[in-house]
Amino acid sequence: MSGILVVIEERDGHVSRASWEAIAAGQKLATLAGQPMNAVVLGAKTEQSAAEVASKALAKVVRIEHPLLAAYTADGFTLALQQFFAAEKPDYVVFPHTYQVRDYTPKLATRLGQALIGDVTAIADGPVFTRQLMQGRLNGSYRPTGSGPCFVSVQAGAFRADEAQSGSAQITVFTPAIELAQIRTRPSERFRGAAQTVDLGAAQRIVGVGRGIKDAANLPLVQELATALGAELGASRPICDFGWLAMERQIGSSGQTIAPKLYIALGISGAIQHLVGIKGSQCVVAINKDPDAPIFEAADYGIVGDLMEVVPALTEAVKAAQ
Amino acid sequence: MKIIVAIKQVPERDAQIRIDAAGKWIEESGLQYALNESDAYALEEALQLKEKHGGEVVVLTAGPERVGPTIREALAKGADRAIHIDCADLNKLDALGVARLLAAAVKPENPDLVLTGLQSDDLGQGQTGVILAELLSLPHSTLILHVDKTDAGLTVKRELEEGWFQTIELPAPAVLTIQSGGNKLRYATLMGIKRAKTKEVRVVTAAELAVDAAPVVVLERVALPQKQKSTQMLTGSPKEAAAALVEKLKFEARVL
Ligand SMILES: Cc1cc2nc3c(=O)[nH]c(=O)nc-3n(C[C@H](O)[C@H](O)[C@H](O)COP(=O)(O)OP(=O)(O)OC[C@H]3O[C@@H](n4cnc5c(N)ncnc54)[C@H](O)[C@@H]3O)c2cc1C
Repeated sequence: MSGILVVIEERDGHVSRASWEAIAAGQKLATLAGQPMNAVVLGAKTEQSAAEVASKALAKVVRIEHPLLAAYTADGFTLALQQFFAAEKPDYVVFPHTYQVRDYTPKLATRLGQALIGDVTAIADGPVFTRQLMQGRLNGSYRPTGSGPCFVSVQAGAFRADEAQSGSAQITVFTPAIELAQIRTRPSERFRGAAQTVDLGAAQRIVGVGRGIKDAANLPLVQELATALGAELGASRPICDFGWLAMERQIGSSGQTIAPKLYIALGISGAIQHLVGIKGSQCVVAINKDPDAPIFEAADYGIVGDLMEVVPALTEAVKAAQ
Repeated sequence: MKIIVAIKQVPERDAQIRIDAAGKWIEESGLQYALNESDAYALEEALQLKEKHGGEVVVLTAGPERVGPTIREALAKGADRAIHIDCADLNKLDALGVARLLAAAVKPENPDLVLTGLQSDDLGQGQTGVILAELLSLPHSTLILHVDKTDAGLTVKRELEEGWFQTIELPAPAVLTIQSGGNKLRYATLMGIKRAKTKEVRVVTAAELAVDAAPVVVLERVALPQKQKSTQMLTGSPKEAAAALVEKLKFEARVL
């Protein structure tokens, strides 16, 4: 087959948004490399999601089907794709950068003597792949130099799902040989954490606090601002990891997704895992002592300064304006 | 239980980052370094498992001479001994090359469990643990918040996206990458710091491990991200900036 291959992630017969973005990234790569593009869907029942994917501009959609692929396991997915690659020999394999992809693609790449270029935000001629370093403070340009297929996963939001071009692809089936004894992990069904008592998803105003707060003892300062604004309190992951605020107040890829009118980020650097959770916010304000903090790139308004000084001043100003 | 914890020393969070003259990496001189955050959680999980089940915790790291204090910190917190793969040009290797070095050092130890943090705060690739598992032919799981040792092997709690979780059973030995927040991190005690000075740190050179570390992926260039958004910055004293912001929020963005 050669060419570009996109590996689709699906749940309950539906293709994930991140997978459409991966198709858009794959099309970009296919144009740059002047190569055809195909996609695969893995699972026990892939008919529905394969049909969804076949509506895009792809040469072929392959259903890699096996009863042992019903639940995701690293061993199962690695074996299935390894066999498929041996038959079809793609030059580039593109994945959405999801938790599942993080879990098995480095293993798959290793098996073929390759290394994944993960969490890619841009693709340029070469091809050269851009990914973030230092938690988004720098960009790195990576070039594959290996001889096997080049593995790339793309960051959520970096490519636009609606830019994936439409078409009509042929659908085929590939049946890998997998035995139960080859799968060493036994995953359970998914479950939720403790019952939620705050619904940040519905809040109209949210004040988010990050590690810049330095100490739990400083939290009342932020609470006062939230109260003055009639806002809910949210946080970046470390604040919840430390137990300073409840887990349910965590905003980001492993926490809540918010869509308020106003989000104020205090002492939050703006790591991608936080940013994906705040994308739906109408107006974002960032207050950070580091003028180069990536959070400013996501903000409509910014103040560079020490939050210990700026927050009390802001609380006063909000009260005065009411 | 013999547990190996693979840790990495990374630039401290608040460190000023500058790009080096060649534009290929960051300027390392004058930089402060610390233990990678999720590796600290991996170490904590290992120490708690040892407290429950007995055994030994061995920390393993690849890096230049400067990693010494980070190794001592892990020993002071309670690790029993350390293996230091002396490797001056770590940033010239790709994830596969680094994992090959680590795997070569792990193999003769025959551990019951290998833990790492889920990703490093500098390169953020999140691959080392998974590659290590493949190189050692061990099962693995990633983004783990809690580890229970069972008769059959291990039962672990794995984080999924958007507040979901999953339990996974797997046989031991295995490799697990640990997510932050599963435990509360301990501090080194004065006694621990004193003891750490006498604990064994075995240094092996990358050359002695004789692995093929030729990269298949090369970091060609490092650059500052280009600003794409025109963020309105409000300046002046905290009081002035705050007043200006409230004006903007009220009359321009109309969200107050
Ligand atoms: C798989 C995975 C999932 C994750 N999920 C999430 C998630 O759901 N949500 C999430 O938030 N993170 C998540 N993370 C963690 C994420 O990568 C970052 O580590 C985290 O968001 C950083 O939090 P922070 O911005 O508060 O801390 P830091 O990155 O340490 O930033 C602190 C900021 O405060 C500023 N500051 C310091 N002092 C002051 C002061 N006095 N005044 C003003 N500013 C100050 C600093 O300049 C800095 O920008 C996840 C990571 C992984 C790997």
